[in-house]
Amino acid sequence: MLCECGEREATIHEVIIKNGKKIEKHLCEVCAQKQGMASKAQNAPISQLISSFVLATAPARSAKALRCEACGLSYEAFRSSGQLGCPECYDAFSKELTALLERSHEGGTHHVGKSPRRAFAGGRGSGMPVDPAEQMRRKAERIRRLRKELERALADEQYERAAEIRDEIERLTGPTEDGP
Amino acid sequence: MSEHGRLDIHRARTEWLRGDGASCDVVLSSRVRLARNIAGMPFVAHASRSDRRQVLDLCRQRLLASDLSEQLMWVSLHEAQPLDRTLLAERNLISKQMVRGLLPGQEAAPDAPRGVAIALPDERLSIMVNEEDHLRIQCIRTGLDLTGAFAHIDEIDDRIERTIDYAYHPRFGYLTACPTNVGTGVRFSVMLHLPALRMTGEIEKVRHAAEDMSLAIRGWAGEGSENTGDIFQLSNQTTLGKSEQDLLVELHEQIVPRVVEYERRARRILLEKRRTTLEDKVYRALGVLRHARVISIEEAMTLLSLLRLGVVLGLLDGLAQQTVNHLMLLIQPAHLQRLRGQEMPQSARRVARAELLRTHLGEGRHAEPPDPA
Repeated sequence: MLCECGEREATIHEVIIKNGKKIEKHLCEVCAQKQGMASKAQNAPISQLISSFVLATAPARSAKALRCEACGLSYEAFRSSGQLGCPECYDAFSKELTALLERSHEGGTHHVGKSPRRAFAGGRGSGMPVDPAEQMRRKAERIRRLRKELERALADEQYERAAEIRDEIERLTGPTEDGP
Repeated sequence: MSEHGRLDIHRARTEWLRGDGASCDVVLSSRVRLARNIAGMPFVAHASRSDRRQVLDLCRQRLLASDLSEQLMWVSLHEAQPLDRTLLAERNLISKQMVRGLLPGQEAAPDAPRGVAIALPDERLSIMVNEEDHLRIQCIRTGLDLTGAFAHIDEIDDRIERTIDYAYHPRFGYLTACPTNVGTGVRFSVMLHLPALRMTGEIEKVRHAAEDMSLAIRGWAGEGSENTGDIFQLSNQTTLGKSEQDLLVELHEQIVPRVVEYERRARRILLEKRRTTLEDKVYRALGVLRHARVISIEEAMTLLSLLRLGVVLGLLDGLAQQTVNHLMLLIQPAHLQRLRGQEMPQSARRVARAELLRTHLGEGRHAEPPDPA
């Protein structure tokens, strides 16, 4: 069988079942690599597989300048390491990540299954229903600001202040309502 | 609960060495691992040293206060001896990356702040801190029991979540440093002994079938490891878009039983058609293990694998599966050196390994490893 390019013999065959529809692909090595379906090295580390896949599928134009505001990681840097910088990166790169996620999770793009019980119990004691996602976002934002402050305090050798900030960060990583 | 304790490497009290449980003729152990991160903190690979330090202190303190187990031992890996780190990796309690402080895409950093909490004495539960993710929780069971391992880890996860805010996203689920683990963050895996499929060459079919089903098949020490001793690890790769329960059922009820049946069939055929050849292989293995003066880890693992097959098929009397499992661990480099109480170069290890095997399997000897004085 010939590859889609019509030039070489197809050696890689893939069947994807998506929304009940069967999509078949028959490709030669060259086209498969272009589409990120095959990697030259059989035992390449996972980060390399990801980077070669991301390189092959990510839109080259805008992604280059893309950066996560929270941690400063560029999409480029993620592409080379395969490691995201912080939880916020998922929102910052959500568009670019979708193709990669579909590819590594049999088409899955949305989480199904367990969720943290506490986060979804609403604001305990407040009696006010709080959007859990919003609550977590605000908390993450606060921790991020504190970490910046911590860096500054350490740079200025204000160790007492640094210790206070550290305690505050620690407190924020646990149940909010049980604070001091 | 205490944060002190010692690993008892002399006795086979470790859960996954027990050699019993469902389908234990083929399945050595079942393992479930959860990847979790702390909300608001940067992922490990991009965290500063002070961030990592804070994550480590925070996790250590909260894990030890969470009543996760009767006895929980904490090891600060960056302060531990390199030999002890290797020992923990040989026992599958930490990953190989944790031994050298290696992060994906980075240089080795032996002093990078990282640690592990281990439930004693059975080592059923262990929690790595600052591996690729802030927390990597694992629960292990002997034989095929992913259900039991999952029930345990689910409860542990709930307890930890009471004191640590996890990074969670309504769409992406539990957020992980590498997008290949995002969603449930769960990895179910089984350790399989497949000597007959290897002998008949059918192991390649299993490998292809696994790949077709988005499963990973690896050697016994995980990613990138050689498949020594015909021991293979089968695990799910998909973590997003399928619930924990779906993934569990898929592996536990559909895939693993088929592989087990496939291996058993290959064993039956070997027994029926090539019994003498098989017996010859098993007894030659015993002969070499009993009399060798110098032996490499690869050769010893290959021969112990044959011995294990011989025990399971009833070709060998007076030897327990647990003993063979335990020996597979004791002959590993760090275990050998710990047993001897000294560091040894490879040449000396080969001699020590042969001695250890002779002691435990020698003619006229009881097959159980002796208790230390």
